[in-house]
Amino acid sequence: METDVSNLVSGRTGDWEVVIGMEVHAQVTSQSKLFSGSSAEFGADPNMHVSLVDAAMPGMLPVINEECVRQAIRTGLGINAQINLTSVFDRKNYFYADLPQGYQISQFQHPIVGEGEVTIELKDGSQHVIGIERIHLEQDAGKSMHDQHPTQSYIDLNRSGVALMEIVSRPDIRSAEQAGAYIKKLRSILRYLGTCDGNMEEGSMRADVNVSVRRPGDPLGTRTETKNLNSVRFIMQAIDYEVERQIELIEDGGEVDQETRLFDTSTGTTRAMRSKEDAHDYRYFPDPDLLPLSFTQAYVDSLKAELPELPDQIKQRMVTEYGLSSYDASVLTEERETAAYYEAASDGQDRKMVANWMSVELFGALNKAGTNLADCPVAPQQLGALVGLITDGTISGKIAKDVFADMFDTGKNPADIIEEKGLKQVSDTGAIETMIDDVLAANQDKVAEYKSGKDKLFGFFVGQTMKLSRGQANPALVNQLLKAKLDS
Amino acid sequence: MTELLSLSATEAKRALTQKEISAVELTTAYLEAIDQTAGLNNYVAVTADKALEMAANSDKKIAGGTAGTLEGLPVGVKDLFCTQDVSTTACSEILRNFVPPYESTVTDNLWQAGGVMLGKLNCDEFAMGSANETSCFGPAVNPWSAEVPLAAGGSSGGSASAVAARSALLATGTDTGGSIRQPAAFCGVVGMKPTYGRCSRWGIVAFASSLDQAGPFTRTVADSALMLSAMAGHDPKDSTSAPDEMPDLTKALSCGVKGMKIGIPAEYEMDGMDPEIVALWQQGQNWMVEAGAELVEISLPHTKYALPAYYIIAPAEASSNLARYDGVRYGVRTDDVQSLDDMYEKSRAAGFGDEVQRRIMIGTYALSAGYYDAYYKKAQQVRRLIRQDFDTAFASVDAILTPATPTAAFALGQKQDDPLTMYLNDVFTVPANLAGIPGISVPAGLSKDGLPLGLQLLAGAFCEDKLYATAATLESMANFTTSAPKAA
Repeated sequence: METDVSNLVSGRTGDWEVVIGMEVHAQVTSQSKLFSGSSAEFGADPNMHVSLVDAAMPGMLPVINEECVRQAIRTGLGINAQINLTSVFDRKNYFYADLPQGYQISQFQHPIVGEGEVTIELKDGSQHVIGIERIHLEQDAGKSMHDQHPTQSYIDLNRSGVALMEIVSRPDIRSAEQAGAYIKKLRSILRYLGTCDGNMEEGSMRADVNVSVRRPGDPLGTRTETKNLNSVRFIMQAIDYEVERQIELIEDGGEVDQETRLFDTSTGTTRAMRSKEDAHDYRYFPDPDLLPLSFTQAYVDSLKAELPELPDQIKQRMVTEYGLSSYDASVLTEERETAAYYEAASDGQDRKMVANWMSVELFGALNKAGTNLADCPVAPQQLGALVGLITDGTISGKIAKDVFADMFDTGKNPADIIEEKGLKQVSDTGAIETMIDDVLAANQDKVAEYKSGKDKLFGFFVGQTMKLSRGQANPALVNQLLKAKLDS
Repeated sequence: MTELLSLSATEAKRALTQKEISAVELTTAYLEAIDQTAGLNNYVAVTADKALEMAANSDKKIAGGTAGTLEGLPVGVKDLFCTQDVSTTACSEILRNFVPPYESTVTDNLWQAGGVMLGKLNCDEFAMGSANETSCFGPAVNPWSAEVPLAAGGSSGGSASAVAARSALLATGTDTGGSIRQPAAFCGVVGMKPTYGRCSRWGIVAFASSLDQAGPFTRTVADSALMLSAMAGHDPKDSTSAPDEMPDLTKALSCGVKGMKIGIPAEYEMDGMDPEIVALWQQGQNWMVEAGAELVEISLPHTKYALPAYYIIAPAEASSNLARYDGVRYGVRTDDVQSLDDMYEKSRAAGFGDEVQRRIMIGTYALSAGYYDAYYKKAQQVRRLIRQDFDTAFASVDAILTPATPTAAFALGQKQDDPLTMYLNDVFTVPANLAGIPGISVPAGLSKDGLPLGLQLLAGAFCEDKLYATAATLESMANFTTSAPKAA
């Protein structure tokens, strides 16, 4: 991959290129676990969703949940990936108290999904394609709780056996910003597909981040892996910290150790967890309790035919058909709900203007109120109607902002608010001319100055006229008529 | 009383149906026989109350005309099968206190068919052994013993011993490398290992998942067909369970071998083989010809690699399968510990016997990074070649006749200090497990010391009908009717 100069980080001794790869663990949206019938629901009391299989009782055997396979294939299709018609489940062996089998069933050599890609777009409008190496299905472990008893640990097996997709990127990410955009884009795709709810705070999406630095053009540097990051902010913080730490280390004559690190959310720093030498030997081998997983191309095709429209497709439509900027379209399609709101609000209206109104006024108001689109008091059709009233000249853009504030507070229709408050725009030429005459008469000294060449005073006359109309005069008409009178 | 015990299952079934005897009478006779032969140590738990209750229920069903195929027939269960509310230990210290809240599919099938549960039978710890000497309860004793106690064989030593001692009419076993066929040969009874996938592995404590298969111990070939038909069947809870229908085995029993081709593999004639075994094998060939079959010399060229491959694959799978016995959720835990790792080490060191520890170590080594390709992967390649050997052979023959064991039963303790010699016991039986094909050991004669010797028949996968046709012929030609001196 070519060095992207814009992302270089300067150190004391010169520039550095940052290389990042991510492994994202996304919990598959499904009723039951990957190999057992217990519920995969989040939030139950400890050990309420545990079957004999999940607790690894003697003689218990895994049986694949077809829904999880379907979801993994759909996810693969959503990132234009190779779908492997035959894949193999392997055992990853290690001992831990919350891993009842003593191994995790995962996919090692033959994953269900092969190479794909995710396109991200940054604020500066630049686009980057992040390669996906693979997606494999695996079981989640249980949860160890070390804070329930002074000397003992408690184990909750509710999560034990829940299906995860491990989505492994290529080391194509070059900055914390890109990493943030990548995880958001990935989450967006998963949510559109309905294959993962993307709730990072509930742990249904977590990322391991591999970071290394190198001189531009050099081979890859030694990487560290920071485990289990569960928010976009933490991912970006951990990367920033690692980049700074690694550059400083190398510039001070040291070397980066290949190691696993933990992120401390309270300090925003990372610390070593275990070195490469202490790394587990997982002794992967094909799980003899399971046959290779296989399905037909026809099945894959049928899932492909039923895929919903994905953010990139909607975005493309918004750019080409609605004339939106690529960045605006990215913002509007990040969440499925936002895109749906926009589609409904802009239907039959000025598409670009609705986009602006959403990204500036609506999101501003939602942010300020600390709420989100799901609880928005303004229905999409109401916002559309407001924009319609601007474009048909009923109210000015300025008045519209006041009307919107009212709509947000009361949930009322814009037309009703305009009616009640008498905010309708004055487009009657005669009435405006009368107001202009009054303004000019009251300011004859300024008229003289203007005529002697002080052009800038034009704005003053516009302002005075608008003020006289209490903001209701059609600004375009005011401009036009003033110009005619002053320049005559 | 002895009259009741001398009935084969087929005869007892007829007598029960015609109400000449009752199930309670029959069961009572067996419970008394268990008492009388307690010195053989073949039972590790006797469920007398349950047996009588089930027998009474069988009598009702017989009276009501709703008898199952095994109605009222007393069955002993290898202690590797999980039995609901009845202690299931795998004859290991680590599960000494384990009482499963569930019933294995195979035993459930037996009870559904009307079988009466007598108790749990001794076996090698986790089925690892060829003499039942690794059991935490001490070895089961061969009822053919005179002064010196002889090995009943293993791992299903208790099952073979009980059926031979007439303290069980029928018994379940499991066969991973010969654990049914070898003890059957040592004790002069019929032991059968079905095609891999015929009997569900759900609820059977796993040793090596890709090799384990449950099967029947009986006094006659007809009884074997009767019992297998009840045990087997597709089970959606076991992903490796085969959906194929079982052929009509009763019909197969009377087919004869006229026109059949019986393969005699050159590679099974090994250096240093006991001349008595060689002679018996030759005798078996003569009987087959007499009965109208045609002998065909065949080659199974990879036979000599079977044992080494088996002793890589089986321990590898076992090392992973036994990881769940960690003292965390069930089983025995050592309490005096400083850390989680300490708890694992102490619990497992105390809970597992030497042979189990040895195999866990061999298996862990074979799967380790850097050794996987040289051991596990290579062994799997060998396994494929062995399967191909059999595929090629069964393209031209209906069944294969071989010795069942290299020797007659040896004295207990004789081979205990030499694991390698012990492993050689499986030399004729292991290939069938690697290939997944069915095999049966039929008592065919006595050694000069008066000990039973068995011959083995093998058939193609899912060709149990051919296997029983040839086995029934062999049985009638051999006319083996001597009962064990220490039988009840």
